[in-house]
Formats: sequence, C-alpha cells, structure tokens
Amino acid sequence: MKEATAIFRKQVLDTRKNKTVLIQFVLFPIMTIVMSHAVKVDDMPEFFYLKLFSIMYMAMAPITSMSAIISEEKEKGTLRALMMSNVRPLSYLLGVGVYDFLACFIGTTVMSNFCGLDGGPWYKYLLVISSGLVISIVLGAAIGVLAKDQMSATSLSVPVMCLFTFLPMMAQFNDTIASVAKFFYTQQLYLALEDINNVKIGTEGLIITLVNALVIIGFFVVAFRKEGLTKE
Amino acid sequence: MISVTGISKSFGGKKVLDDISFSVEDGEIFGLLGPSGAGKTTLIRVLTGQLRFEEGEAMVMGKKVTQLTGSDKKQFGVMMDDFGLYERLSCYQNLRVFADIYGVSDAAIREVLSEVKLQDAEKKAVSKLSKGMKERLRLARALLSRPKVLFLDEPTSGLDPQTSSEIHEIIKKRKDAGTIIFLTTHNMTEAEKLCDHLVLLNEGHIVESGAPKELCLRYDHQKRIEVEKKDGEVISMEVDPKSVDTTAEKIADLLRSGHLETIHSKEPNLETVFMELTGRELEV
Repeated sequence: MKEATAIFRKQVLDTRKNKTVLIQFVLFPIMTIVMSHAVKVDDMPEFFYLKLFSIMYMAMAPITSMSAIISEEKEKGTLRALMMSNVRPLSYLLGVGVYDFLACFIGTTVMSNFCGLDGGPWYKYLLVISSGLVISIVLGAAIGVLAKDQMSATSLSVPVMCLFTFLPMMAQFNDTIASVAKFFYTQQLYLALEDINNVKIGTEGLIITLVNALVIIGFFVVAFRKEGLTKE
Repeated sequence: MISVTGISKSFGGKKVLDDISFSVEDGEIFGLLGPSGAGKTTLIRVLTGQLRFEEGEAMVMGKKVTQLTGSDKKQFGVMMDDFGLYERLSCYQNLRVFADIYGVSDAAIREVLSEVKLQDAEKKAVSKLSKGMKERLRLARALLSRPKVLFLDEPTSGLDPQTSSEIHEIIKKRKDAGTIIFLTTHNMTEAEKLCDHLVLLNEGHIVESGAPKELCLRYDHQKRIEVEKKDGEVISMEVDPKSVDTTAEKIADLLRSGHLETIHSKEPNLETVFMELTGRELEV
C-alpha cells in the first residue's frame, strides 16, 4: 500500500508538469461546459453535449493517459528503478490506475455539475461513467504494458480509443454502425444515459458491458504475462 | 558478502556469462573490469535478481539471488545507466518518490543531496541538469536507503574528471562506512584508484583476478626500471638478480654525477595486462 501511495503521489506531481497527460484530463470537461452553455439549438435534447462528451471522455482520457504513463516509464527506465526498489507490479498499476480514475472522476463530476446535473440522476450518471472509466483504465493499462515505448503506445492506443470513442457518436446517424456499436461498452453506457434523468441499463446492456470488461481484463492478463512491466 | 559460483547465462544461444566464480568480502570495493559487451551489466542484473541464469549459484547477503525477497532488495542500492530519472520532476521530488517507497525521512533526502553536492539544485527539474549532475542524482537515489550493498554500473562513464573524482570520493566514504561496493567499469584508472579486488572480464569469461597492484606485478615479465637523465635521455635498465650489480652501479654513477632526473619502475598497467591476456583494449 505504501508503494502504491508513493506512485500515486509521484503521478500527481508529474501530471502538473506533463501537459500531454494533463490536457487529456481537462480538455473534454472544458469543452463540455463551454459547448453546453454557448451552443444552444432548438429541439436539442437535454444534456446533449454532456451525454456525448462524457462517453468520449470516459473512453479517450483513461486509454490514452494510462498507456502514455506506463509506456513512458518503460521507455525512460524509471519503471526498472521502481521495480528494483521493490515496487510490485500490482502496487504500481494500482497507484497509476487510482490516480487516473480520480483525475477522470473529478473531470466528470465537475463537467456534469456545471451542466446542471444534480441529485439522484447525478449519482447514477457518475456510477455509469465510473464503471466505464474502470474498463477504459484496464484497457489503457494493457496497451501500456504491451507497448515498448511511447511511440508504439500511441500507435496502439489511437485506433482503439477512436473505435470506442466515436462509435456511439456515429451510431446515432447510421443504423448499420449502431448494430455493430451495440456490442461495445461505450455504446451500452451511452444508451444507459439516453434519458439522463432516468438512468437505466437493461439486462442486455449489462451483459454486454460485463462481457466487454471480462474480455478487456483477459487482454490485460495476456499482455502482462507476455511482456510484464519490465522485460528481462 | 557476495559469492558467485559457476554462473552461466545465455541470450539466444550465445553465452554471455560462462562459468563465473568470485567472492566479495564485506566493506570491500569489488571491481569488474572489462570492455563493452564483456558481460558486466548482465552480471549486475543477475546479482540483483533482475535476470535469471541457467547454471551456477549466486548468493548476496547470505541468500540465493533467486530467493531474494522485496525487503532483501531494499538493502541494495543500484545505479544503472538504464534506470531513468523523472525528467519533469525536481531532484528533490525524484528522491521523494523513492523515499516514500523506502520509508526514508525528509532529512535523509537532504543529507544525500548534500552528499552528492546537489543541495543547491534540489528544486531544479532533472531535464535541466547536466549529465554529471544527473549521474550524481542517480547515485543519490542508490544511496538513499543506506544500502548494505551498492551496485554501480559504470558510475563515471562519460563524465568529466572533476565529477568522476567527486563520485569516487562518495564511493570511498560509503566503503569506509562498511558498505559492500560492486562496481563495473572499463576505465582502468578508476579500477586502480578504487578497487580492493578486481576481476577482469572478457566475452563472458573471467580472464584474471586479484588486487590491482598484485595483478600488475604478476604480469611484470620484463622487470625493468626507467631512468631519465637531466639532459632528457631515457635509459631503460633490467632488474634481474644476475645483473643487479651492474644496474646498481649505473644508477649510483648517475646519482654521484648529479645527472639523475627521475627513476621509475616499469611494471605494466591494467590496460597492458588486459591486452596481454585477451589481445583486446579495455576502452572499447
């Protein structure tokens, strides 16, 4: 636990000076708040921007930041130094993962609150987004573990992130895409937020989300077994 | 204490360590001298439990390296070239991360920063440090937990003589405090200056071992002395029991006539010894 806390503290210090990661945490919340207050179109569904950008944020920020943080530590050799100091891989991943979750959770909380969401629906909304954040964090960690350096992490994370981020948006305009998108957790969580004042996820949605989570955990386990955090 | 018996390690079918055996006593500076690619870093990785090996046995602090626990490893200080620093964080913050892991106090961070003479740069981002300062910070990190065994992989490689000398002083102080120092180098001056015991490593094999001076004397086949006269003429003389009277007389004459400027024994240095044993230069 001491090691995980040390990693968490390191991450807090580092992100303040790491614009690439920092921007991923603040970009969508700022964009959502600005768009929600500045762009109002007649007949636009309530919380339109919040719903759309929350899902994009939920997929994009954790996948790119987790993979960037882990791959940078691998590339720069700081991860080796940590492992030599008896930081166990689980402690490291917990430290970075909890940090990443909290950073995104704060972003989600702020943007939803600024958009006027509160009370029961707000808590349900945060619960839905939090579950998505956890899945995305595991996916980002798997990519970070698999990538040898930051460049390969970017080339792996960008297509994965695009797939999970933009499918729910495109599914709104194309039924064929929607029929494929429904097998992804981001789409199911987007559908759960369709009526944000009455957040609910059906059995099918729950099963698909759980299967997604299991597949992604499996992918992480395979990546970790293959590459580990520091290869010999 | 460190003891290594018959260690062998291969990468892709190529043996990079072959039947390596030696031991290191407490409070000793042990040097592994050899050119790049000799297997020095691999051996450090084996001894610190980062790398598995196929044959032999390695013990550090009375434990097999394959059975070292996390708390055992916390008693090691390791400085390796590929152990990076957090470039965006300051010197202090870099050490703070590891101090939190080791459970080391704030005072210990200040102390070690002062030991490596980085106290004035503690708030400076690592990305703004010179190479020498970065090396000193790496060393500070290795020293932070007051380790019982310090593994230093080419600690002064590429550094200026002033910084190298400062690092040597720190290493000697830690030795005096009872720390076992295991260092690798391809710099024979560093090896001669620092090490109590040396192993010469070439292509994964130990080619010779002993104290630096003992090694040089062991390969002093010619046993010659060199005399320089005041007029600049250099005379090389044999030190052989059969010709000792002649040699002594020649030197006595030079002393009497006041022509003698300098007199030196001409035993080989470590570079020459290594060259004789392997046909290769050290600084490769």
